[in-house]
Amino acid sequence: MSRETSAAALLPSGVPVRFLAEDGTRVDEHGHYSEPPSERLVEAYRLMVLGRRFDAQATALTKQGRLAVYPSSAGQEACQVASALALTDADWLFPTYRDSVALVARGLEPGEILTLLRGDAHCGYDPAETRVAPQCTPLATQTLHAAGLAHAMQRRGEDSVAFALIGDGATSEGDFHEALNFAAVFEAPVVFFVQNNRFAISVPFEKQSAAPALAYKGVGYGVRSEQVDGNDAVAVLSVLEDAVAHARSGGGPVLVEAHTYRIDAHTNADDATRYRDRAEVERWRAADPVRRLETYLTTENLLSADDVERFRAEAETFAAGVRDTLNADVEPDPLSLFEHVYAVPTRQLAAQRALVAAEVEA
Amino acid sequence: MTEISMAQALNAALRDAVKDDDRVLIFGEDVGPLGGVFRVTDGITADFGEERCFDTPLAESGIVGFAVGMAMGGFRPVVEMQFDAFAYPAFEQITSHVAKLRNRTRGALSLPMVIRIPYAGGIGGVEHHCDSSEAYYTHTPGLRVVTPGTPQDAYDLLRDSIDSPDPVIFLEPKCRYWSKEPVSFTREGAAMDRAVVRRAGEDVTLIAYGPMVATALETAAAATAEGWDVEVVDLRSLSPFDDETVTASVRRTGRAVVVHEAAGFGGYGAEVVARVTEQCFHQLHAPVLRVTGLDIPYPPPKLERHQLPDVDRILDTVARLQWHDEPVVAGA
Ligand SMILES: Cc1ncc(C[n+]2csc(CCOP(=O)(O)OP(=O)(O)O)c2C)c(N)n1
Repeated sequence: MSRETSAAALLPSGVPVRFLAEDGTRVDEHGHYSEPPSERLVEAYRLMVLGRRFDAQATALTKQGRLAVYPSSAGQEACQVASALALTDADWLFPTYRDSVALVARGLEPGEILTLLRGDAHCGYDPAETRVAPQCTPLATQTLHAAGLAHAMQRRGEDSVAFALIGDGATSEGDFHEALNFAAVFEAPVVFFVQNNRFAISVPFEKQSAAPALAYKGVGYGVRSEQVDGNDAVAVLSVLEDAVAHARSGGGPVLVEAHTYRIDAHTNADDATRYRDRAEVERWRAADPVRRLETYLTTENLLSADDVERFRAEAETFAAGVRDTLNADVEPDPLSLFEHVYAVPTRQLAAQRALVAAEVEA
Repeated sequence: MTEISMAQALNAALRDAVKDDDRVLIFGEDVGPLGGVFRVTDGITADFGEERCFDTPLAESGIVGFAVGMAMGGFRPVVEMQFDAFAYPAFEQITSHVAKLRNRTRGALSLPMVIRIPYAGGIGGVEHHCDSSEAYYTHTPGLRVVTPGTPQDAYDLLRDSIDSPDPVIFLEPKCRYWSKEPVSFTREGAAMDRAVVRRAGEDVTLIAYGPMVATALETAAAATAEGWDVEVVDLRSLSPFDDETVTASVRRTGRAVVVHEAAGFGGYGAEVVARVTEQCFHQLHAPVLRVTGLDIPYPPPKLERHQLPDVDRILDTVARLQWHDEPVVAGA
């Protein structure tokens, strides 16, 4: 693949790619992108219902003290679900703390996802087996790991892709820029997916960046870029599948920005009324991604009332399972603290292990 | 055995590692055709190809973060930070990810990688080129931190570090790059994790590492004129710390001085003094003392002679230990 030398070829579309208006009617603002097959959309809808219920359940569990903290992604379900659906099992996903619903959509166990926030373990699932990196807390750092791993897979002759999720605030961090540059120079098969949910804790997008859209940030690095309506699941899925295909076929990295909104506070520990007004939140509620897709699919007769009922019931059962798992008290083994600090255990740690063992004994 | 410099020994170690293991890749700033600003990677690209030794964009966090991903993907990156103080942009990647990934993933992912950092002063370098940054790294659980004091150790330690399943911060004392000795490539003296007694002596133990090993040996030679028989221990591995070798030496001599170039306050030497005191208290005839760099930002080249511990300053400190059998107070 020869490098793209024309900036025009890298530029995102002038307005965010969109298939569905806020009321769920079909619009033609999607350029060359095509609508994914209806079974894919129904599957996306099913997972979005599941994801929203999961998110509500996790939020409830913080109120009961079962989870220390939970960053909700309510309102971002289209982005979350499409991130998982656009990938194969062989692709690597690099999520942040907010992307638990993407992991649910990828099929990970809720109990294993939530161990991080519950305080049991830094990463409750096996990243090597699931090809999901630990949910990353230091902002933007994972984008470099995704670029490096993408390059490693490319060298090994695998045709897998690395997919990195990142928030709007984190695009101000140096690592994001270094990752775009590295990925472009090495032509690594990596997709950077920015969920611009308009806030970094309390800081609104206008104070974060003066760019007309974060999607433009790829162009200066030689990275193909796109922007999409992040509350339109049809559009997000179509654009992400296209981005992943581009990276997989050797076309190099892609940056996609989704314009979306964080409906809840940053986490349950944060008071969002201090920095935004209710009217703004209500405006975005009207753009709800789950309802939008549901309206479209039912109007088109791709989804029946029975299907909707079935998916909701499935989500209820799923949530009950999450509750049961989290309500079971599991005490992590204190001596596990000394495992996996080094591959080759050090003598110093052996001595400290003996100390803690004696304290636990007493 | 041919006599080669420390830089050449490091070069040989890199070449042999690349030859022996397909997973080993070298990358960083100017490490390709130029061979690195200190020529440690000289000729490796020419001999093994761009695939194995290559230049990256100029971004330290990028280099280390990219290496994290490549190690996750099955490679064994050996990256170069051009100078000590220029590794700081990568500090977050090193402390938050390199050091912790194995632990965070409960052993599912490991990061066998080496971060080579030319460090410390004594070469007349301008500011930001002479930092001794070891304490930042040794304070970080999950990292191994090593530093060679001789060309032979440079070869052995770098080979061991590249083979290590744990990430290694490999500190290269740049003032010793050009020091020469005969080096064998048999790796008989595998050096990882273990300190070594460089010179045996009866009266006092000088504990040194990296750039100060040679200075400590010079001091020991000079001390014979005073009638003092000085033992020199070269730590080599700063983390983990080899308590056994150090303790055995100090218990025998009953006196110890720790020497390092880095600022003393909150420095690595404080850790060594604490460990020695804890373990040798009853054998000590005097407090364990330190000779360190001053607690100032690294000075400009015309003043660096005041910063660096030298033979005189170390001898003066050794003299403060006196040679009675009764304990004495420092500075008395
Ligand atoms: C390097 C770093 N600095 C600061 C923080 C604290 N912090 C956690 S989340 C956050 C805001 C992130 O906003 P954004 O990237 O937009 O993602 P969002 O949480 O909105 O999904 C901050 C400042 C952090 N985690 N890492």
